[in-house]
Amino acid sequence: MRMATATTLGYADLPALLTRLTGDEKHDRSSFSTLDVLWVLYDRVLGDEDRFLLSKGHGPAAFYAVLAARGIIPLDALDGFGSFDSPLGYHPDRKLAPGVELSSGSLGHGLGVAVGSALTGRRVWCLVGDGELDEGSNWEAVQYAGRIGLGTLTAVVVDNDSAQHGWPEGIERRFMLEGWTALRVDGRDHEALEAALRPDLEGRHPRCIVAEVTPR
Amino acid sequence: MTGMRERFYELAREALGEDERVAVVTAQIGMDSIGEHPRHFDVGIREQLMIGVAAGLSLEGYRPVAHSYTPFLVERPWEFLKLDLGHNDLGAVLVSTGASYDAARSGRTHQAPEDVSLVAALPAWTIHVPGHPAELESLFRRSLAGDDRVYIRMSDEENHARVDGGGFTLLRRGSPGTPLVIAVGPTLRPVLEATADRDVAVAYLATVRPFPHDEVRDALADGTDVVLVEPYQAGTSAAETAVALRDRPHRLLALGVPNAEFRHYGTGAEHRAAHGLDAVGIGRSLERFVR
Repeated sequence: MRMATATTLGYADLPALLTRLTGDEKHDRSSFSTLDVLWVLYDRVLGDEDRFLLSKGHGPAAFYAVLAARGIIPLDALDGFGSFDSPLGYHPDRKLAPGVELSSGSLGHGLGVAVGSALTGRRVWCLVGDGELDEGSNWEAVQYAGRIGLGTLTAVVVDNDSAQHGWPEGIERRFMLEGWTALRVDGRDHEALEAALRPDLEGRHPRCIVAEVTPR
Repeated sequence: MTGMRERFYELAREALGEDERVAVVTAQIGMDSIGEHPRHFDVGIREQLMIGVAAGLSLEGYRPVAHSYTPFLVERPWEFLKLDLGHNDLGAVLVSTGASYDAARSGRTHQAPEDVSLVAALPAWTIHVPGHPAELESLFRRSLAGDDRVYIRMSDEENHARVDGGGFTLLRRGSPGTPLVIAVGPTLRPVLEATADRDVAVAYLATVRPFPHDEVRDALADGTDVVLVEPYQAGTSAAETAVALRDRPHRLLALGVPNAEFRHYGTGAEHRAAHGLDAVGIGRSLERFVR
């Protein structure tokens, strides 16, 4: 994680930053399912040596807003969102946008990269969506990380019930069956998110935190 | 004599022991040969994960080597090569075994003559096609020292001896204006046999990307006819050859594996002959092409 030189803005400023990104378009809280998870990660959880990989690069406005609030992305960059010379597109590019550690947008890629990173001892948080879990490549990563007890890896599943065919009997059970610990929390409750997301330094299993937010 | 695959396993073991940057990622292959090592990760039969893990290791500063059978290293996880490695600008050395039809008896599922075309379709990959285990060794060691994206295509077929000089080597000059025959990797052996009594220039190419435009142009000299002999899909480097000769009238014969469903088992030698890539077939094609 690339830390800001100075934190200038807070959670209350995020709506204005989102407006700056997307214009007058409505952006009620349910439109930005990842917003609170991202804010808690960047405001309270991630340390200098930690890595955050946004696998769900689809709909990154909340991500950019949080990075801007933390001083990682220049505020001016928000204005040209999606334009030809903007570093901020509809899917993040790590070579263009400061603080973006994974270029993503095609779903089902982040967890595998996160496993590789975590294998080196790096503490890694990877955010995926419940719909994204449809992609089979996620489960290759889930299976392997679970079998080898990759305790440095945390998968954050933002669950807004967007998977086309749902996850009968729950997402958590699937991770637990593969050797992960799993916990469901309110994806808008900052205290609950912080408690769940803080690193478990003694952890011997990868962790799945399902952050439930208002359905789409 | 040690073949390329066995030599690769020796080299991978050595690299793990000698270079702390090196990590090896496999997908249930070569486990006994490479052996256990803290930086050897076999992820099971999970090829998309194999490439993702390689990208993650690269993100942390390691030099990952990913290895599997050609169709499972390149074709199945192709989008992961494009995005996890390419789009993220992360380096890795991918080393395949199986080539186009080494596992002919295993059928189409284990034949992958499209591999070099697929990797070459992605930007900024270096592609090596060694024709001898000693070339594999030098190309592999050179690749480990870098931080770029490299694909090394190993094969059971190999030439009598290594060719010194790396990527493009002009082995034999013909009379002025004679055709230039470019033998890629292990096709040099049948090419030398087929051209033994012909007045042609013969060049050897083991590094096909980046393509040696200037060298090909210089080697053709005053000639107009080029014969490209590739051990994988025919014409894989035809467009690059055309770029090299873009302002010169020329004729090009591109020999290789046809782009067709080829429903035969058997041996690699039988496939080579069926595709006209043995000495007899190459000789016939030359006879028809050369004026």
